[in-house]
Amino acid sequence: MTEALARPAACAACSVAGLAEEMGTADAPAGDIALSVPAMHCAGCISTVERTLSGLPGVREARVNLTLRRAMVSGDNLDAATLTGALREVGYEAHELDQAEIAATTTDQAGRALLMRLGVAGFAMMNVMLLSVAVWSGAADATRDLFHWIAATIAIPTVAFSAQPFFKNAWSALRVRRLNMDVPISLAILLAVGMSIYETSQSGEHAYFDAALSLTFFLLAGRYLDHRTRHAARSAAAELAALEVPRALLPDGSRVPVADLQPGHVVRILPGARMPVDGVILTGESELDRSLLTGETMPAPAAPGARVSAGEINLTGALDVQVTSAGTDTSLRRLADLVAIAETARNRYTSLADKAAAVYAPVVHLLAFFAFAGWVWASGDVRLSLNIAVAVLIITCPCALGLAVPAVSAAASGRLYRDGMLIKSATALERLAEVDTVVFDKTGTLTTGTPTLVEVPDARAETLAIIKLLAATSGHPLALALTEGLAGVQPVPAPLSNSREVPGHGVEGEWQGHQVRLGRPEWLGLTNVQTLSTAFQMDDEPPILFSFTDNLRPDAAELVRDLKTRGMDVILLSGDRDTNVAAIANTIGIDAWEAGLLPEDKVARVGTLARAGRKVLMVGDGLNDTGALAAAHVSISPASALEAARVVADIVLIGTSLAPVATAVSVAKSSTKRIKENFGLAAAYNMVAIPLALAGFATPLAAALAMSLSSITVSLNALRVQRQ
Amino acid sequence: MNVLVLLIPVSLILGGLGLAAFFWALKREQFEDPDGNSQRILRDDYDETPKQ
Repeated sequence: MTEALARPAACAACSVAGLAEEMGTADAPAGDIALSVPAMHCAGCISTVERTLSGLPGVREARVNLTLRRAMVSGDNLDAATLTGALREVGYEAHELDQAEIAATTTDQAGRALLMRLGVAGFAMMNVMLLSVAVWSGAADATRDLFHWIAATIAIPTVAFSAQPFFKNAWSALRVRRLNMDVPISLAILLAVGMSIYETSQSGEHAYFDAALSLTFFLLAGRYLDHRTRHAARSAAAELAALEVPRALLPDGSRVPVADLQPGHVVRILPGARMPVDGVILTGESELDRSLLTGETMPAPAAPGARVSAGEINLTGALDVQVTSAGTDTSLRRLADLVAIAETARNRYTSLADKAAAVYAPVVHLLAFFAFAGWVWASGDVRLSLNIAVAVLIITCPCALGLAVPAVSAAASGRLYRDGMLIKSATALERLAEVDTVVFDKTGTLTTGTPTLVEVPDARAETLAIIKLLAATSGHPLALALTEGLAGVQPVPAPLSNSREVPGHGVEGEWQGHQVRLGRPEWLGLTNVQTLSTAFQMDDEPPILFSFTDNLRPDAAELVRDLKTRGMDVILLSGDRDTNVAAIANTIGIDAWEAGLLPEDKVARVGTLARAGRKVLMVGDGLNDTGALAAAHVSISPASALEAARVVADIVLIGTSLAPVATAVSVAKSSTKRIKENFGLAAAYNMVAIPLALAGFATPLAAALAMSLSSITVSLNALRVQRQ
Repeated sequence: MNVLVLLIPVSLILGGLGLAAFFWALKREQFEDPDGNSQRILRDDYDETPKQ
């Protein structure tokens, strides 16, 4: 029994309540710092990290959580930069985590409560089963009654405590006049206990205390699995968000939380930093990388008076920006509207579990009712008829059905997590299994988003060496790419002097009396350069042009080939210009591509495909993809994507490789198959058991056997997803 | 049959002890870091401050 099964009726109220419960109970003490240390993997790592952190001044205690790859540090006057610096020295990359973001997921109160109920149910089930075995093997008369009474004293409080989640969900469903899976479950548990108490008081032969308890136990196990899968995904997603501690730098050097910024404030954006707000440039010149917003790889020049949007990256010079809108009010908002519209369309998706529940709940109630009515009509014995009706309810109660979905999705998401994927949405795998069209974004998705030098132009070795020296003085992405591209060039002995950055243009310096400049082609008098490039000029000699290309991710071509052999259509939609997109599309073998698209266009293209009956998988990372990600049937985004894109995506790729996308598709297909098989198994078991129960042959022993066997079969079948 | 008077309470008390131990472990956050716990026993250095 999953929460998904319960959702159609129990819906918003309970999930909101659950969230509030989690948020309210978990807050970390002030002064503590949480660090993400992704490289930890062994006992040695734990020792090194804990010892290093504990040795720092002011640290009271440092404790590693290897499961979460986190270190919690408590102490006085701690500075995150010192801690991460110390860890970097011993070889561990570390990042500060925003406490507010992870607080909600550090202590899993809801999971603990479920585990507690599960433990109690397990304890009671085993003890009552012991007593039941004695009854089944022939205890009679006073001994049987005694055993039944002992079983009752264990079962009644246990059911009252452990089965509460089912009762609550069933009640909230009934209150809005709906049926969900929890209604037949609650009914079966309550009737089984009630009927058994009555039978015991009448010295009856059959009592179903063990069945009521094992039902509770198995269903709670399914629900706990389901909860853990979601919790793991949620805390990992929160961690991704928490990595970007959102702070803005003020011109006086102090840092303030981005959330506190108001329109009119002035913030300073250093080279390499991301715009936290929308605004207007007051002073400074620079170049802006807009690729996350538009998909365009070519940096755009920026000067006072120009408008900037949150999400752009400042490349060369420091800028003072006056805030025009901040926080939720930024240009992200415009995209959020697109997302909201697209998401309402997606919410109509009904999961397999919900479909099963919609058929199942009415059928069970009708069956039990007809069994009762039929037997009253045939025999006139109300007590016997009620006994049979209860047996039908217990036998049909969906132990196997309750485990069918969560066991498979726990196994599948565990497998995908090991391959570097986070499943954020409960129905993502089911939707992924239906996909027949894959739409890719270009910049940052198929490509790494970092440029590389196409080829080293013809020039004297000495000139190239000077260029390399000059490039090394700048932090601009193109300069870094140039340094890397010229790695094989022999260095020249004479150093550069007077080298300085000309913000928005490039770098210049002097080399043995010659004036040398490296930067935007326009700056050096070259016009009409269409490709991503930079130029070098010595004195008044003709400039040398270097062209760059955005590097493909290593397994992009292989992935496209793989998807095509599975019979899927692959489409490339990009905001970049024609030439760049065509080149990439040719290299990796995508025939259908479109360039120069606005975010709205992407949403429209995906919408057109959807109306044509296509199930679209969208893979994208930029703000310009957010709408399309939400509009698609299912979506994947890399961890390098902006938070807005990651929030919308159903699955997040943790590593740099694209290969897991293919794995995800095949795991999704096989897990959907397993879920259907599990439904089949549960149905087959019911087909044998229901006629027996209807005919009045069902005994508590038969119910216990059938229930345990079917639950174990279904769980084992689910585990097959892991091994492929 | 008189032995039942003794055996049934004994089995319930033993089971209850197991349940109490489980509650204790759950409350003391023994299930928070399963990966870490399986690695910590392999460490060479003596852990002066095991998790409270």
